[in-house]
Parts: sequence; C-alpha cells; structure tokens
Amino acid sequence: MKRLTGLAARLVVLAAAIGGWQLATRSGSNPYFLPPSTILSFMYHQWFDGPAGHLWLTSDATGNMLPSVGRMLAGLAIASLIGIALGVAIGRIRVLADLAEPLIHFGRAVPPPVAVPFFLFVFRLGTPMEIASIAFGVIWPVLVNTIDGARHVHPGQLETARAFRLGPVQRLVRVILPSAAPKILAGLRLGLAVSLIMMIVAEFVGGTDGIGREVATAQTTLDMPTIWGAIVFLGLLGIALNMIFAVVERRALAWQRGAARTE
Amino acid sequence: MTSWPGPLPGITRYPPSRHNSGANLLEINGLTRAYGSHKAIENISLSVAEGELVTIVGPSGCGKSTLMRCTAGLLTPTTGTVVLNGTVVTSVPDRVGAVFQDYSRSLYPWLSVVDNVALPLRRRERRRAARRKTALAALESVGLVGFEGRYPWQLSGGMQQRVAIARALAYDPVLLLMDEPFGSVDAQTREDLEDLVLRVRAERNITILLVTHDIDESVYTGDRVIVLSKGPGKVRAEVPVDLPAPRDQIATKELPEFAHLRAEVSRLVRGMRPPAAGSPPPRTAPAASGGWEAPGGG
Repeated sequence: MKRLTGLAARLVVLAAAIGGWQLATRSGSNPYFLPPSTILSFMYHQWFDGPAGHLWLTSDATGNMLPSVGRMLAGLAIASLIGIALGVAIGRIRVLADLAEPLIHFGRAVPPPVAVPFFLFVFRLGTPMEIASIAFGVIWPVLVNTIDGARHVHPGQLETARAFRLGPVQRLVRVILPSAAPKILAGLRLGLAVSLIMMIVAEFVGGTDGIGREVATAQTTLDMPTIWGAIVFLGLLGIALNMIFAVVERRALAWQRGAARTE
Repeated sequence: MTSWPGPLPGITRYPPSRHNSGANLLEINGLTRAYGSHKAIENISLSVAEGELVTIVGPSGCGKSTLMRCTAGLLTPTTGTVVLNGTVVTSVPDRVGAVFQDYSRSLYPWLSVVDNVALPLRRRERRRAARRKTALAALESVGLVGFEGRYPWQLSGGMQQRVAIARALAYDPVLLLMDEPFGSVDAQTREDLEDLVLRVRAERNITILLVTHDIDESVYTGDRVIVLSKGPGKVRAEVPVDLPAPRDQIATKELPEFAHLRAEVSRLVRGMRPPAAGSPPPRTAPAASGGWEAPGGG
C-alpha cells in the first residue's frame, strides 16, 4: 500500500512536470524550449517512423542511433573484459599490485574526455577511435573495483578451495570471481554511466555519424528539435540500460542478499 | 578396566595404536610450527591407525588448528614431518577431506547445496551427472534429502555443517580432518552431529582426526584422546577410550567409565596432577614430551 501510494505520488509529480512544461512552452514564444509534444512528435518522425521491415526505424535511426549504441556496447564489453582480467590478476598477485598501483591511480584520475584527442590522432576519425575512447573511460572503475573484490576474497573460502585441491581454473571461476562479483558489478555499473558520456564526447570530437555527431551538427544549424530529441532519447536510454543492469545484477547476486540477511 | 570391544558388523576396530609401525595411516613426527619466533606447536608426535577416530583436545591457544593445517598440507611445518600412507606430506594431499569450524566461510554462498558438495569432485569426474549423483548420495547419508537445491544461507548452522560433512564424504577421503567442527552450533545439534560422524564413520570405515576444545566430545567420539598442553602446544598425554560401541549420547555418558575418562582428560587439559590413591587409578602415561605442568601454565 505504501509502495503503491509512493509510486502514484511519483507519477503525479512526473506528469505535473511534463504538463507544466507543455503549458509553459505551448505558446511557442521561446525558440529554445520546445513543448514535449513537439519533441516527441519530432522523435517519432525522425527515428521511429520507418518501414516495418526495419523494425520501424528510419534511416536516420539506423544511421546514427544504432552505430552509437553499438559502439557504446563494444567499448563497454572490451573495457569490461580487460578490466576484469587485469583486476583479478592485480587483486590476487601482490607484486603486480605493488607495481601497478601508481599507474592505476594516475589513469583513473585523468578525466576520460581529455584522452579523446589522443585517440583521434592514433586512430583517425571513426569507429575505432570512438570505441577506444569509450573503453578508456570505462576501464578504470571496472579495474579498480575488480581489484578490490578479488583482493578481499575471504581467506576461509580460499583455504577450503586449497584443502579440496580445486584447480586454478576452478578456483578462479567458482571461488574468486563469484566472491568478487558484487564489487565487479558495482564497477560495471559506474562504467555503464561513463560509457554513455564518452560515447557522446567521442562523437562530438571525431565522429562521422552517431547521435553525438547529429547533435554537434544541430548545434551549428540551430536545430533545436534534434538537440531536444537527443537529450530525451539519451535520458531514456540511460534509464533503460540501468534497469536491464539492475535485473541482471539482482539475479546474479541473489545469493549475496540472501546471505547478508541471515548473517 | 573394560576390555577392548570386539569388532562390530561392518566396523573394524583397532586397539589404541602405540606408535607402532606399518599399520598407521598417519604419522606425525616431531612437528614444530613457528610463526616468527612464536612457536604454536612444538615437537608433536602422534599416529593414527587406519579406521581409527582420534580426538585432539586442549585449551584454547594450544595450536590445535595449526596442527590440523599442517596435517592437511595447508601449512608447511617448521621442523618435523607429516607422513600419510607412507608419503611425506609436502603439499595438500589427495583424498584428505576437511571440515572446518566456520561453515559460513567454507561453504560457498553462491553455490547451491548440491553444487557445494559436488565442486571438489570436478577434478576426478568429468561427467556432471555422475558428480551430482555422488553428491546426492553424500547428502542422503547426512540426512539432507530434499535440500540439494537450497543455498547454504537458507539452512540452519547445524544443517550447513551437515553439508560440509557431506562434501568431505563425497570426496571419498582416506583421512577426514575435522577442525572444531561443532564449535559453532548449539548443544543439541552438536550431539546430533557427533552421532552423525560416528555413524558415517562406522558405515564407511573412515579414519578421522577430530580437534575439539570440548572434553565430553573428545571422550564420547574418540577411540583415543590426545591431550595438548598450552603454548607452544605439546602432546601432554594420550588417553585410550575403551567405551563400548556403539556409543549413545545418554547411555554412554551415564557409564562410570565415561565419567572417569572425562575427569582424567579434564585434569590433563587443566594441567592438574592425577588424584591420590583411592580414586580410580590413572591409566595414562604422561607423554615424554609433555610432562606435568602447573594449572594454566606453560
């Protein structure tokens, strides 16, 4: 009941905000603030009015939205794999940690957007440079959290693995990775947010297509509907990705919540 | 006192071993383990015959866990050797099962009960179905039918320790090491688990070395009690337990012999001298390396 009224209250606030915005901007007196109805109808015609064979996506959507999201996921995947692999190694091997820690502290302190011009020189315009930029932003939170998780596997759990002579692969897959999973997923969640930011930044600086490129072009042509459409789309995309992630996380870490309740 | 009981069906009973050669599955010779300059255990020698259940009892801080971890190959001794089946233990030997006190750490909370039990079998058995079958049989022998799909944290402490025992049994150990296995459960559960260990031991003829700080438990479960003195841990005495089998939580503990044995072990644990004549005579020869010490001393 309490949950239901809370949900209702939130929906009322959301509806009021959108409704208020609509009323305030309906007269069309301000060229910068577009009414929600205009934004939504623009988004529909711009991106979701395509043929059924293309899942109703327009050529603008397939030419910009899909490449953007694809690059974001590619950067996220590459950085996750490298970050988790390195993180486990560094977290489990004392010598590596001692050697790598100064580098990691430096790397994570660099604001990722500043690395984009560097990748632009290395890879030129286009997809490889954008994926590299995204991966560079994502890798630090994944790496730092994985190191933390892998380092703090409970000694009793490791000793049990030794006592029963689990092989190195079993120890990694069945003991270390699951034990570090809560931290690793926390790192991935941070990485997810960074990947969205870096996707746009990389496309601003050196994209040939993509939502960021579209917005950058719209900026020079004062194309307000495109700018607003991108803002709304990216906000909704972020919410959707976070929700998917939350579901995955809840399933993967069901044991952790259960164990925490009974401890 | 009472004579050594004859063998029961399916149970091979050995008389208390006296460091005799050949038949001993496990021999620990002059084992010392130091952490820096601090010796946790010093010059411990003991042997366990095949099929025997030897309990080790001692005050807290007598290095019981250090002794267990050296025996399991998890710790390297500073000096001395652990010999299992005629081979000196230098790393974790195969087919030595272990049950630890802290079941909440030794069972993996992300694995279901059956997966926890089956996990150590992967190296020996490639087929998942066969591993699962072995694990289910072990769970059945500890009375956990129907719980295989649960997670450890959904079970009570006693049931979790049963899972840990099932895992060790499924591992088909030649030697089962139990390090204060029932230290974290309530008294009633503890008695149930003691009987469970005695039962599976009789069924499978497993050799068991069980560490405990509970004097009743050491006498009730053991064929022989080894009493350690406090820091650094040394063998103070060996007490043969010639209580009739099968043991029973009420009937066995009602026996005068049980009372005498527990009194004897209690005195040894506390480092007290044996009572003067008139009381039951002490049957224990103090171990050469231990010697009598003042109460709480050493």
